[in-house]
Amino acid sequence: MKDLIIPDLTDRDFGTPASRSKKMVTLSVDGFEVTVPEGTSVMRAAAEAGIAVPKLCATDNLESFGSCRLCLVEIEGRAGTPASCTTPVTPGMKVHTQTERVKQLRKGVMELYISDHPLDCLTCSANGDCELQDMAGAVGLREVRYEAEETHFRARANGGEANPLFLPKDESNPYFTYDPSKCIVCSRCVRACEEVQGTFALTIAGRGFDSRVSAGAVFDDFLSSACVSCGACVQACPTATLQEKSVIEIGTPDPDRSLITTCAYCGVGCSFKAEMRGDELVRMVPWKHGKANRGHSCVKGRFAYGYASHKDRILNPMIRETIDEPWREVSWEEALSFAANRLRGLQETYGRQSIGVITSSRCTNEETYLVQKLTRAVFRNNNTDTCARVCHSPTGYGLGQTYGTSAGTQDFDSVEQSDVILVIGANPTDAHPVFGSRMKKRLRQGAQLIVVDPRRTDLVKSPHIKAAHHLPLRPGTNVAVVTALAHVIVTEGLFDEAFIRERCEWDEFQDYVEFVAEPRHSPEATQMLTGVPAEELRKAARLYATGGNAAIYYGLGVTEHSQGSTTVIGIANLAMLTGNIGRPGVGVNPLRGQNNVQGSCDMGSFPHELPGYRHVKGEAARSVYEALWGVTLDPEPGLRIPNMLDAAVEGAFKGLYCQGEDILQSDPDTKHVSAGLAAMECVIVHDLFLNETANYAHVFLPGSSFLEKDGTFTNAERRINRVRKVMSPRNGYADWEITQMLANAMGAGWSYQHPSEIMEEIAVTTPSFAGVSYEKIDALGSVQWPCNEAAPEGTPLMHVEGFVRGRGKFIRTEYIPTDEKTGPRYPLLLTTGRILSQYNVGAQTRRTENVMWHDQDLLEIHPHDAELRGIREGDWVRLASRAGETSLRAKITDRVSPGVVYTTFHHPDTQANVVTTDFSDWATNCPEYKVTAVQITPSNGPSEWQKEYNLQAEAARRILPAAE
Amino acid sequence: MSSSKTSSEASSDAEAHADPAARLIHMANQIAKTMETRRDFIPAEGLASHINDFWEPRMRRKLFELLAERPEALRPLVHEAAPLIRKPPPEGA
Repeated sequence: MKDLIIPDLTDRDFGTPASRSKKMVTLSVDGFEVTVPEGTSVMRAAAEAGIAVPKLCATDNLESFGSCRLCLVEIEGRAGTPASCTTPVTPGMKVHTQTERVKQLRKGVMELYISDHPLDCLTCSANGDCELQDMAGAVGLREVRYEAEETHFRARANGGEANPLFLPKDESNPYFTYDPSKCIVCSRCVRACEEVQGTFALTIAGRGFDSRVSAGAVFDDFLSSACVSCGACVQACPTATLQEKSVIEIGTPDPDRSLITTCAYCGVGCSFKAEMRGDELVRMVPWKHGKANRGHSCVKGRFAYGYASHKDRILNPMIRETIDEPWREVSWEEALSFAANRLRGLQETYGRQSIGVITSSRCTNEETYLVQKLTRAVFRNNNTDTCARVCHSPTGYGLGQTYGTSAGTQDFDSVEQSDVILVIGANPTDAHPVFGSRMKKRLRQGAQLIVVDPRRTDLVKSPHIKAAHHLPLRPGTNVAVVTALAHVIVTEGLFDEAFIRERCEWDEFQDYVEFVAEPRHSPEATQMLTGVPAEELRKAARLYATGGNAAIYYGLGVTEHSQGSTTVIGIANLAMLTGNIGRPGVGVNPLRGQNNVQGSCDMGSFPHELPGYRHVKGEAARSVYEALWGVTLDPEPGLRIPNMLDAAVEGAFKGLYCQGEDILQSDPDTKHVSAGLAAMECVIVHDLFLNETANYAHVFLPGSSFLEKDGTFTNAERRINRVRKVMSPRNGYADWEITQMLANAMGAGWSYQHPSEIMEEIAVTTPSFAGVSYEKIDALGSVQWPCNEAAPEGTPLMHVEGFVRGRGKFIRTEYIPTDEKTGPRYPLLLTTGRILSQYNVGAQTRRTENVMWHDQDLLEIHPHDAELRGIREGDWVRLASRAGETSLRAKITDRVSPGVVYTTFHHPDTQANVVTTDFSDWATNCPEYKVTAVQITPSNGPSEWQKEYNLQAEAARRILPAAE
Repeated sequence: MSSSKTSSEASSDAEAHADPAARLIHMANQIAKTMETRRDFIPAEGLASHINDFWEPRMRRKLFELLAERPEALRPLVHEAAPLIRKPPPEGA
């Protein structure tokens, strides 16, 4: 095993980005010799040598700009004093960073800056965290000789009249302020918005002395502008001009009290520095060494953490005999023994298989591992499932069948080397925003984009981004479109025969060729069905096959269909056909919905698989756990979530422990879910809040937030990131401790002292995690599985030498239309998705200021469909399917095609899932959220069902006052 | 494209929402329809092994009951695969 290379994980700012060149250049800085890659700036080379050249407009996550004139240096043999940030190194260069001449010049520059800057440092919110202050100190500024007649910072001129140059603070954004009086016009915010986030919301308006940072048009403030509140500008700002409101209120964080942790929102898994003052979280700052996010963030991870201290949070355990009673607060001991007795009683009465669990894709690997262990070792059945069932289970099936492993093939850095990016059924700028920004950066550098989506998402066209091809397919026809793409590649001879011969099963390839080459799969033949113009599809196929490194990114628009698994197989086929697998810039990349979807699948949450994707029927895998746990394991697969609910309705499934999931709101066909839950005799909800599922619960175990516990999350790149405890659990226990207490109340006798011990057990029992330990993650920052003897530092790219299963397997992808069909009663197709500011069921984000961007679910409807029905913008509309109906307000837009409507599912009072049906993926039962036949009619307000639902929810949430 | 539906299959789609048996029939037929198109294995074997791997015993037990009680509702491939589907242990075991 080779020694680990411990990376430099400090926060030092090198001033300009690292050069990727392999060619090295040696120069001297202040007499010290330093060797750096060609293309490095003099400023960065000096920093590498440990010499910090004073700077204001430079920072190493932005291209150099050369505007502040503070970083001037002298170079032997060159005239003048070049800016070190914009001057590239040359061999043998001799740089002097601290000569009399540059010292004088820098002082002069600072003096000018300070002459138009308020000297209120003591009461300034950036006091102690201000680069202007630091630089004034660094250059030795001792006096300001200029008496400025005109300033930007005095509200009133010397004569007492209003100063027209003074602009008041913009406090419109809920999370940060813009104070123009503190601005030094370094343009870092504008550049961050362009280069890092890619939104282009900010600009510098005016010229010379009139230059001002401006969000949007002249009449805009930050909130009304295109700003997406990612925080990149706030982070880039060297002064108090753009400042987190939390810092203004609390003060600067304690430099010795910050920890690196992982965001608990989407599957990108951004690394953040949680900056604390005592046990109060002051701010979350994206960590520059986070390999998923590379120092970037979105509005959710950066700012929307306030839910952890929201007043709705439940901090005491509660129980009740029946769900029509109010909740009663009890001790942990009473709650756990109540739960344990009920579960054991149910098993005695109704059999061993009558209870089960739902693990959480929001909780840590260690917690998930324990919950599935509870089922297998204590309940002694395999009735464990996870919400990955309802999002990416087809990915597991499809990639497992074709490649032999249930995970994405690349790391996120790979996108920097893609030439063609094919996005299918994913909306990364809303749902995976930080990866969306990284993708957009590559697109602005010239990579070409193909979008397959029924909606015109932001990627299709937004500032400086335009898809080469948008294939606006009819919801439900993914397989037909993907097969047509393969048809073009095969019949036009664009496939990579050498790759296929070397890496794939040749017989199955030939069978696949015979299948896709049939004329019925041609784009012309399927055009009527899919709605995608044949010529556009042909061009897209040619671009994907011949445009260089081509990568596929896909999301729930692929998986959440009756043929979700078949589409995943079709996508895997496309990458094999064109040889786009096994090197940087290519691959097949599922964008995971929740922070730990990948991890919850890895940890054996599925009812048929032990940790590491080993089927329960396999004696070898079972025996590993049987030896360690001292029990006999059930070799039969257990119930999946929809099967649990069916079995509950039939009276065979009676008890559920549901950790960190809200199946009543998130799962399809709400009425069926509520009927299933109502039929159970013991529902245990373990969550931060009384979620919708808790309306049907008998036991409530208060959970801990990601800030309050140790553990790991595994993101969409298979990257295992640490979650670190920055404060004590407000509910008293970390979630892994609560699961352990429940298991022990049922007689398990577990004695884990720390989550690291759980990870040790995972490593010992799971081959792909054999080399994972907290020590290694701490040393390397993160590690991507497989991590074992063959790959001690983990595996950024999969299938490099060959496929995990040996040879890649092509599988026929016959299009079989969903049984969910439009007709006279339900003529429109509803599809669902997410919006940037909200997250899934909204339990977290609805309890933050993010509601300012999205306070209700809206129904997007095409102008033609709206006009036919007499519906105007903002009207209440009734949305009905064969499963149920709800009402919400209409948003008229041509982002959706005629015949298609779209909504989000973030708000329980809309409850979009009352409309979605019980149809599901043929292989995995992943629900068909993305296709529901609906009708829309004008309405006066909430439906009867919504009113009843709200009454029931209100009654179910009553809590008895605590006994004195 | 997929072959046409069996006579009672169409009506089972509409009932599926309310009737758990109809849901099971729908699921089995859905797997059958896909397996009928595969060439990388014998369809009946593919269907049986899929159900053996993913359906818990109670669901398989129900399926056997339905094969006997409502044979016309299930596609021929489901019948063909039935001998290969693992017999679940009796209820309550």
